[in-house]
Parts: sequence; structure tokens; C-alpha cells
Amino acid sequence: MSKKVRLMQGNEACVEGAIAAGMMFYSGYPITPSTEIAEISAERLPRIGGKFIQMEDEIAGIAAAIGASLTGVKTMTATSGPGFSLKQENIGYAAIAEIPIVIVDVQRGGPSTGQPTSPAQGDMMQAKWGTHGDHPVIALCPSSVKETFDLTIKSFNLAEKYRMPVLLMMDEVVGHMREKIEIPDSSEIEIINRKKPTCSAEEYLPFKPEANLVPLMADFGTGYRYHVTGLVHDETGFPSNSTQVADDLIRRLMDKVEVNKADIISWEEENTEDADILIFAYGCVARAAKTAIKMLREKGIKVGLFRPITVWPFPEERLIELSKQVKVIIAPEMNLGQMVLEVERLCNKHTKIERLNKVNGEIIYPEEIIAKIQEVL
Amino acid sequence: MPSQLVEQYFRADNLPQIWCPGCGHGIITRAIAAAIEQLDLDPNKVCVVSGIGCSSRAPGYLDFNTLHTTHGRALAFATGIKLANPDLKVIVIMGDGDSTAIGGNHFIHACRRNIDITTIIFNNNIYGMTGGQYSPTTPKFDKGTTAPYGNIDKAFDVCDLAGAAGATYVGRATSYHANMVTTLVKNGIMNEGFSLIEAISGCPTYYGRKNKKGGPVDMMKWQKDFAVNVTAAARMTPEQLEGKFLIGEFKNKPEPEYTKEYQRIIDSLKGSDV
Amino acid sequence: MKMKSISSNEVNHGKLIINTEWCKGCGICTAFCPTKAIELIGEKVTVADIDKCTQCGLCELRCPDYAIYVGGKKNEQKG
Repeated sequence: MSKKVRLMQGNEACVEGAIAAGMMFYSGYPITPSTEIAEISAERLPRIGGKFIQMEDEIAGIAAAIGASLTGVKTMTATSGPGFSLKQENIGYAAIAEIPIVIVDVQRGGPSTGQPTSPAQGDMMQAKWGTHGDHPVIALCPSSVKETFDLTIKSFNLAEKYRMPVLLMMDEVVGHMREKIEIPDSSEIEIINRKKPTCSAEEYLPFKPEANLVPLMADFGTGYRYHVTGLVHDETGFPSNSTQVADDLIRRLMDKVEVNKADIISWEEENTEDADILIFAYGCVARAAKTAIKMLREKGIKVGLFRPITVWPFPEERLIELSKQVKVIIAPEMNLGQMVLEVERLCNKHTKIERLNKVNGEIIYPEEIIAKIQEVL
Repeated sequence: MPSQLVEQYFRADNLPQIWCPGCGHGIITRAIAAAIEQLDLDPNKVCVVSGIGCSSRAPGYLDFNTLHTTHGRALAFATGIKLANPDLKVIVIMGDGDSTAIGGNHFIHACRRNIDITTIIFNNNIYGMTGGQYSPTTPKFDKGTTAPYGNIDKAFDVCDLAGAAGATYVGRATSYHANMVTTLVKNGIMNEGFSLIEAISGCPTYYGRKNKKGGPVDMMKWQKDFAVNVTAAARMTPEQLEGKFLIGEFKNKPEPEYTKEYQRIIDSLKGSDV
Repeated sequence: MKMKSISSNEVNHGKLIINTEWCKGCGICTAFCPTKAIELIGEKVTVADIDKCTQCGLCELRCPDYAIYVGGKKNEQKG
């Protein structure tokens, strides 16, 4: 089969990636700048026998998707800042009840209603700390239309593999930008499905972890009648007041990500081999950084890029290594300093860190990054 | 060995349940299990979903596919389950605060969609789990820990609300009228669409004590003495009905069901994917 | 996941079976027993006069704790 080449928007690529990953259910609530994800899902899903439902609010949008996931289908919901705030409680529910789901946040300026159609990266820390209590987080951050397609698939794969909510942290630029992308043949796409029990219903312990710390997940309706709760529960799934059970559960949930970091974490480097200046950037800002690097390299300035693709868990080790090599790390972000907190925490012993922040609803331009570099040199 | 009904449909290892002595919730939960027994539903295909509160502990005792969700959101989770797999019989158990305060939006919209979910609201007129605060169904002038001088809010009539919002089957019974709960839940499950059964439950610990309603027996007696079947009420004068409340079947008007309507769209699009 | 090890402090009175461990002594069953065949003693339900029991099942119907139920064919075949 020949490859399909298409010009599409980031939000559209998200839906195409989701469908390629096996999404058969979408529930959500309209919100700019993510709405196209809902619109295209509404159009595409029934054509492939899938289901779309526009719920009464953002909370219901994620709740229905979690419910649907329990029947064995792959589910997604998408939103933007205000909706991301509203969904937080149920993100925690999916984390403790270990229910796979993909949540897309096409970030816009906040707080509150903020700047509805302007790009921002203001929800990066909310992705990590938004819901209450200790909980595992996987958050991916695309910076192009093609990567949105790829990372949506990866989000589904990680959600299924680790039985947890996975966050796709887009931004308005990536969501609305149009690029030509090549859609790979389905045979070339790696698809991971949740592991299901094969034991008898009597033997099934729904929250007993396998070696990778992830329990096997039975679909509702297939004869494994079990209980799912947001309360702390033991391996049977029923609530427990045992301090030991609580400790074991929360640590295991966290360890699902911690122990499997090497499998989850990814990043991109560009021109880092000889770099003595490192730009730390993600999402649409990384695109401006790449242009800046090209312009600076032409002048002989050795600048490289470190771009986390999984922002959570954070690619700590490699960034620490690079920080020992460079004189300075420049961290442009479309917020007043969020991911830079991680960079500072990890690297300030080894190098100087310079922030570059913008929250006026405009993108960060290559020239601004260049100016910042020239200022600190 | 407990009774045959409990043995077959309950997770007897989780009993005795956590509810207070004389709480009506256990009676209503049993009445729901009896409806499932009488309809001879396949337990593997039954899903019971709840939110948060006293009532929401019921699914943990029932041997089906059970989901204890977040406060007020049971119907939203249940909507996802039902739409994703319409073969499942989805039953939702909610409390009065759970369904009409924090979950009020989900409630009216589930009614409006007429999705095939049978919802039983365990209405004990109070937030029990948190210690007796007034709820949207606490009668006016009654007391709660957050209404120490009497509640000035007007109470919701859950059945009127459901019917007006579009539920196609609506009825009310009480924990005293447990057999009627079973009958209404059976009819609700058989109704292809959204069904709402309000089950009046006594909370002797908080609502009863705060409002001097007596103990469990007194609260059951009140249900017995003040409930009037809707068919009997039709022959009664307003004076005779003063202070009484209606029970029975209030609405049974089938309309096209949501997941069937969605399937119709899927069928019409077959082979059209590009 | 079906668990079978049901702990039980059941007393089989023939017409009625009572689980004293589950009984919370709310008194609903005794209050609404039409023949007064059962009574509360020490906050637990017990049989007052089994001969009076007509096995109407109202105690079983309204026991919030599933602690009392009618014995006989239906329930004994499981035991």
C-alpha cells in the first residue's frame, strides 16, 4: 500500500494518530483551541464503528471516556486550560483505578479564561501536579504536526501498557498549524494493547501487579466481575483501611513510571555534540529554537537544542550530562518559568541557566532567542 | 450461608455492610438485587455504577461489574460504559446530594439523552457520609449540621426533575415499600431508555436525630403512613393529601433510545470510511 | 472474582435463619413482624415464638443487614 501524504492541522493529526492507535471512543466538551479534535472525532469515529459523544461538561467528558475504557475500548478526550483544570479530579481517578485513557491539552493562555485563541505553555506544571495526592504522570509534548500524529499513538501505547492516564500536552500553535505529513502504513505502526487476564474469573485479582508492576485488566462484561474504586484498595479491588495497603498501592502506582522510565522517556537533541550553549525548549518554542540555532551556527556560535518529548517523566540524566558540557542553558518558555524549574533543580550545580519567558499570547521568535544568547555571552 | 438472594448476587465476604443500624440503604440495595434476580439478568452483563456518599458503597457489596466513581459523576462514567458497550445492563446508584447537587448537570443530561441506564437515587434527605449537612432534598425548615437554624432552600422533587428533563420512566418508592422498589427497578431496567427510581431511605443517625424523627422503626413508620400510591391519590382530595407524598409509577413514556440512535448513524455510514 | 468463604454466625430456626453477626439490632424486622414471632434481645434479633412465624418474608424484605431470612426450600437447597 502506498503511503498517504496529506496536509493537515495538528489537531487533525491528533485524531488520525488516535484512530491509527485504535481509538474507538471519544467524549469531550467543546473548547478552543482543541475543538477540531472533537469535531473530527465526531465525523470519523462512527464511520469506523466507533463512538463519539459530546458530554454536558468537561468533567463528564473525561468521566465517560474512563467508563468506556473499562469496557475494553481505547478512549480519548481533549481540552484546553479551563477544561484541563476541571478534569483534574478524574485524572487522579484514572491514575488510582489504573484505567487507560489519553487526555489532550491544547494549551492556551491562562489563568482562567485567559487568552482563548493564543498559544501558551502554562499547563506544564499542572500536568504534573494538577490532581491531588501523589500520582504517576506521563506527559508528552509534540512540536510538529507529524510528531502530534506519532505521539498520540505513543500516548495510547503508554496508557495501555501502564494502565494509566497519559497527557498529550499540545499548544495552540501545534494544534492549529498545518504541515504536510506522511501517514505510515498501519503495518509500520507499533500498537500496544492492554494485557488481559487469561486465568479463570475465580482466580482473577484485578489489582495484583505483574512483574512490570502493572495488573492485568479485564473488560467489563467478559465474566470477570470485579470492583473498581477511587478509594485506596488492595489487590482484590475492594477498599482497604490498612496503612500497609495504602503505602504499597501509592508506591506501586508511582513506581510503574519510575521503574519503567527508560522505556517511557524520550527526547530530541540537535547540534549538541560540540555545543557550548544549550537551548532547552519544547512544543512550538522548540521550532523557533531550531531556527535560532541554524542562524547562530552560520555565525559560528556553537548552539545546540535539548527538547524533552516526554516532559513527565523528565529526561533528567541526559540533561544533567549536557549541563556539564555547556557554559549556559537558555530556557525559552511561553510561561513565566515552569519546566525551567526542573532544569534549575537538576543543572544549576553544573552550569548557568537563563530564562526567557513570554506570556502575552505571542509565540517566541527565533530573534528573541538569539538576542537572549547574545546578551548572556 | 446467607439467603439465596444474598448468596447469588452479593459479595457476602464484604458483609456486614458499613451502613448505620436501621439505614434504609441496605433494604433498597437488596430490592435492586431482587429485581435483577426476577429479570434473570446475566450477572456478567450487569454493571453497577455509583458516585460518592453512603449510597455509593452499595456496588461494593453487589457481585456484578461494579464501579465506584467520583462524587456526582456516576452517570457520566455510566454513559461512557453504556455507549461503548450497549450490551451491558447499566444500573446507577446515587445519593440525593450526589445526584442533584454536585452531579445535577449529569443527571438532567442523562435524562435528556434517554440513554438506557436505570438510576436509583437513595434519597435520605441529608449528606450522611460527611455527617449530616443539608442536601437539595432536605425539606424546607428541616435541620442539618450546616442548617442549624433550619434549611431555607426549597427542596428538589427528584421525580419531577427527572420527568421534566426527559427521563422516559420515573417512579418512587420507599425502603418500607421494598417490593415496590423491586417492581419499579424491574420496569426501569425493562424500559429501553433512561429510568429514574427515587427510593426514599431513612437516615436515623443524622437526618432522623437532627429532626427528631425517631429511630429506624419510626422513620419506616413515617414512610408507611405518609406515602400514598399515585393511583389512590387520584381519588383523594387535596385535604386528604396534605403532608403526604406520592409513590408508584409516575411516567412511562418510551422514546427512541440514545445508543440505538447512535447505532443507526453507524449503520447508515457503513463502508463509507475513506 | 467470587469469594466463597462466608463467615457466619447463623442460627437455623427452621422457618427462619438468623445471622447474629450481621444483625445491628435496628429493630425494623421485629417492629413490622405481623405475628410477633421475633423479638430483640440484647440488641440482636432472636426468635420469640417460631410457631407464630408464617414465613411471610417481611423481615427478610426489610432487614437492612441481610441478617434474617426465611428458611425452607428456596434457601436450604443452597445450604
